[in-house]
Amino acid sequence: MKYTITKDPHEDERVQKIIEISGQNIFSCYQCGRCSSGCPMAEFMDVLPNQVFMFLQEGDVDTLLNAKTPWICAACFTCTVRCPVGLDLAAVMEAIRELQLRKNYDYVDPYKVEDREELPPIAMVSNFRKFTP
Amino acid sequence: MGKKVMFYPGCTLKGVAKNLEDSTVESARVLGYDLVELPGWTCCGAVYGLAQDSVKFTIANVRNLIKAQNFGKEIGDNRLLAVCSMCYNNLKRAHIDVMKNRDKLKTLDLFMDEEANYEGNINVMHYLQFLKNDVGMDKVAEMVKKPLKGLKVAPYYGCLLLRPDEVAIDDREDPHILEELFEILGAEVVDYPLKNECCGSYHTVDKKEIVGERTYKLVSVAKGMGADVIATSCPLCFFNLDKRQEIAKQKHSEFEHMPIVYFTQLMAIAFGLTSQDVLHFDKHYISPEEVLQKWL
Repeated sequence: MKYTITKDPHEDERVQKIIEISGQNIFSCYQCGRCSSGCPMAEFMDVLPNQVFMFLQEGDVDTLLNAKTPWICAACFTCTVRCPVGLDLAAVMEAIRELQLRKNYDYVDPYKVEDREELPPIAMVSNFRKFTP
Repeated sequence: MGKKVMFYPGCTLKGVAKNLEDSTVESARVLGYDLVELPGWTCCGAVYGLAQDSVKFTIANVRNLIKAQNFGKEIGDNRLLAVCSMCYNNLKRAHIDVMKNRDKLKTLDLFMDEEANYEGNINVMHYLQFLKNDVGMDKVAEMVKKPLKGLKVAPYYGCLLLRPDEVAIDDREDPHILEELFEILGAEVVDYPLKNECCGSYHTVDKKEIVGERTYKLVSVAKGMGADVIATSCPLCFFNLDKRQEIAKQKHSEFEHMPIVYFTQLMAIAFGLTSQDVLHFDKHYISPEEVLQKWL
């Protein structure tokens, strides 16, 4: 994939927003790949966790907003506890979701959930907290 | 009447996880403790909010902690026990978060002006920590009436008992607290390599297939290691590993079912509490009755 970085990512408004919401310095990632190698959800993702940081450092927020990855992350914190520079990757995934959710976007429509009767309350509460505004 | 300790059950224990609630309360009774439900508790929110610029996901938890602070003074004990992994994780994270970030606590105290301010003295504990540190495993061993000899158990911790580091009840990469308990109960412990891997969590609501795949992997590996049951403490892990075996079987015809149990159910059985009022096997999709028949 070939593309040109046209603008300083440090000055990108959406990158700044992600840093602000997550409280993480995304520029400290040095691509060791430990997050992606231990991620239990990696096989279902289109952009791997380490690649999320690559795109952020290049200021390519659009790719991330169109990716499935932030919505596949299960916030299990395996990457967070293993990151050698102490980045909370789960919080960064949450910040990318928040960029969209805060525009009143519903990733999941609670009214269309199947078998609501058999699901445990914690399943629905956690799902709606992550996937609705 | 045993010693009173505050207990935070959480929503799920009042419905689909009645088997977890009753086996916890009854096993504690055998050990000489009376788990008293925290009066007026509300939902913990299930997942902790990770956005640093918002405190809305912390409100309910701090309100619960304030309720525990008031009730704790009444019964003279500041321990708040949770057995659901999600509830434990949320309450503990909220406590640590507001203790570390006093400005957040100040915002919340001002917002909840009908309540007393949170003083920060509540000790949120998971039932396993309570068993190990306060009750003592030797006391648990004393109460075992029917050792689970011959039962092969795969201990499954999932995520929220171990991560993030600040709330971990044991070593996050190689925990042993469940193993220790099951050995005391007389069971044979399987060295289960996926014990701290995620089950897919809340994706069970909108992406069942992913959870089906996770369940397929987690259960098949336990089966391959020779386990008879997987034992967990989280009602969401329980639901995913139990109910989603249906999807795993549809996708992979060679898949073999395995019953899932709560660690407290195994404790109850070893203590001789085999009534269905405590165990509620009707709450399981894959019934553990056949596997556990010998001890019932």
